[in-house]
Formats: sequence, C-alpha cells, structure tokens
Amino acid sequence: MKFNKIDKILEKFNMQKSQLISILQDIQNEFNFLPMEVLGYVAEKLGIPFSLVYHLATFYKTFSLKRRGRHLINVCLGTACHIRGGVRILEKIERDLNIKSGSITLDSKFSLEVVRCVGCCSLAPVIRIDDDTHGRLTQGKITPMLKKYE
Amino acid sequence: MITIRLNGAEVRVEKGWTILEACKFYGIAIPTLCYNEGLSPYGGCRLCLVEIGGGLKTKLVSSCTYPVEEGLVVNTDTKRVIETRRMMIELMISIAPNSKTIQDLASKFGVTKVRFKIRNEECILCGLCVRICREQMDGKAIGFQNRGYKRKISTPFDIRSEECRLCGGCIYICPACQLRCQGPQPDTAVCNACLTMDPTCLDHYDELQCWMYDAGRCGTCVREKTEKKKTMKNKL
Ligand code: FES
Ligand code: FES
Repeated sequence: MKFNKIDKILEKFNMQKSQLISILQDIQNEFNFLPMEVLGYVAEKLGIPFSLVYHLATFYKTFSLKRRGRHLINVCLGTACHIRGGVRILEKIERDLNIKSGSITLDSKFSLEVVRCVGCCSLAPVIRIDDDTHGRLTQGKITPMLKKYE
Repeated sequence: MITIRLNGAEVRVEKGWTILEACKFYGIAIPTLCYNEGLSPYGGCRLCLVEIGGGLKTKLVSSCTYPVEEGLVVNTDTKRVIETRRMMIELMISIAPNSKTIQDLASKFGVTKVRFKIRNEECILCGLCVRICREQMDGKAIGFQNRGYKRKISTPFDIRSEECRLCGGCIYICPACQLRCQGPQPDTAVCNACLTMDPTCLDHYDELQCWMYDAGRCGTCVREKTEKKKTMKNKL
C-alpha cells in the first residue's frame, strides 16, 4: 500500500536518478520522515546503491530518519539567535513539551529540532514551526504560541 | 595534444588527463593516498596538491582530480606545496596515529611533531573502501554517512548489509588498517622510527645501493651520511 504512493512519486520524476533529492523531499512530505524500507525501495527502483541513498538522507538536515510529529519546531541557534537568547527559548520549549531537542512528544504532536541560522537574523531569536517563522521571541510568548497548534 | 608548463618545462600532454597522470607520464613523483588507478578519483586526502597558475595568483589544487588544460602552469615542489603537504600529514596523523601508511608518509616527508590533539579515530575518510566496494567489487554495501564532524563510513542503518559478501576489499585497500610497526616508543604520536634507526646497509655499501626491495627510497643512508659528515667537520 505504502509503496503505491512511492511509485507515483517516482513516476512524477520519470525515475530519474538525478532527481533523488526532490524524490526524497516528496517522500518526506508524504510520510513526515524517511522510513527505512522506503529508502531501500527507492534505491532498488532507481538502480542506485542503498548506501548512496542513505548517504544523501543523512547528509541533509531537512531529512529525518526518525518519525516526526505532526508539527516540526525548528529552534534557531545560529550566531545571531544564540546571542539574543535562543538557548533560553529552546529550554523553555523543552520544559513546556517535556522533551529534549531531537525527539518527539508522546502524543506525536511536536518534534523539536535545533538548526543553524534560518536566514532572518534581524528577527532573532527565531523559531520555525512547520512553515511559519516566529521572530523576536521571549520565553513568555512560547506557551500561548504552542497552544495554537493542534 | 595540448601544451602545459610542468615545473618550468613545456610538455605536451593528452587531453583529458589529470595533472597527476601528466606528472606520472613525465616521471615526476607526487605522493598520493586516496588515489588508486582502478578507482575513480576522489580528492579527499589532499596529499597530491600542486600549485597552479603563475605570478601572484597561484592556487593549490589536488592533482588527482584536476584536468589539464592548454597553457596550464603547474609547479609540483614549491615551498607552499611542501608545507601544505606536511600539514596534511600532520592532520592525518592526529586522526589515525596507528596507521603504518601515514606514519611512513610522516617519516618520508620529515614530519616530526604533531601540534594537533590526537583523536585516534582510525579513519581518515579517504573513501577508498567505499569506492572499491562500489566500483570493483560490485558490493555497494558501504557508504559515507552524516556530515561534518559526524561523518563516518558504515553500512546503511549500521546493520549487517545483505549486499556485503565479506570479500575484504575494503580492508585490503584501507590505508589506516595496517597497524604501524612498534617503534622504540610506541606511545608517541609520530613514530619516525625509520628516521632514527641506524640503517644496516651503511656497513655494506658506500653508495646508494639498497639491498631492500625499496631501492633506497627511504633515503636513510643518505641522510645518515651527511649527518655524519657534519659531525666530523665539527670535530675537526
Ligand atoms: S541566526 Fe537565527 S536566523 Fe540567523
Ligand atoms: S590523492 Fe589526490 S587528494 Fe588524495
């Protein structure tokens, strides 16, 4: 069943090896992460080594091999955000969700990850939840913000 | 055929060659580590660096991956090249001090101290094993993983690979897997044992006529001789 969707994605890219990154991105959108069997399947279908697919999947930070929650929180700890208190924002979120960075909440609602510079340092400290960027944060703004997500 | 300037001499080389191949053809020795004739070039160890370009605008490139082009100016033994090469060896020793291949390189190029923290990681990520597995053994079992300081070589998900036939090609080619010979002080980072040893050949041959298969390549006898001469002079 699962593999039907993947076949569709592969067809969309004409089974092109050079499109591997885009293919993985689409798969990740579909499943929220990259399951092990799926990576193997993609490698087999495209005729490239499994080790190469795995190389790519572990090289880029956007790809995750672990299951991710419904919402992905990216806390920026780049230079600017670090200086403006990104660590304290991270601590606050960790306390609120009761998880450490790199893991997922028990109800699979949130995953928490740390990234380096999302490219809008003037808004530091920044976090991204899914595709929304929240800037100029303080610890006080965190709890109400997280409540908005289902 | 195109013309390049190799160490000051105009030479004609085949189009599509790399600088390393051109140097080999004209008998100029360039040390390599991650290069192997049977495998695709990778350019990971940076040992084969040469300086290209003339005037003030020279740059260092890895000769095993750089293709020759018309009018290219290549210098293989400039001060900058030699210093950088030493630095590369020093860095590699700090990562894998137990490798004989790397210790030998250190002795050969006169690296006698290591200024970096010894990390004992035993893998310099030269990628030889990955390439031999993929290109010659048709195994495709191992590959690089992660990025930056977490980079390593393993099978996907670190589990035993069904594609691996245990051919041992990766171990055969690995420059870090052959343990170094136990020098007088096995605990130091740089071995340099062959630099300090009294070569047996000195008693037998005055000239450079090494009975070892390596045909005097270690150069110990020559070095010993000049040093002895020096001390003699001091005594006189
Ligand atoms: S450092 Fe956070 S956006 Fe640049
Ligand atoms: S031999 Fe050229 S970079 Fe390693």
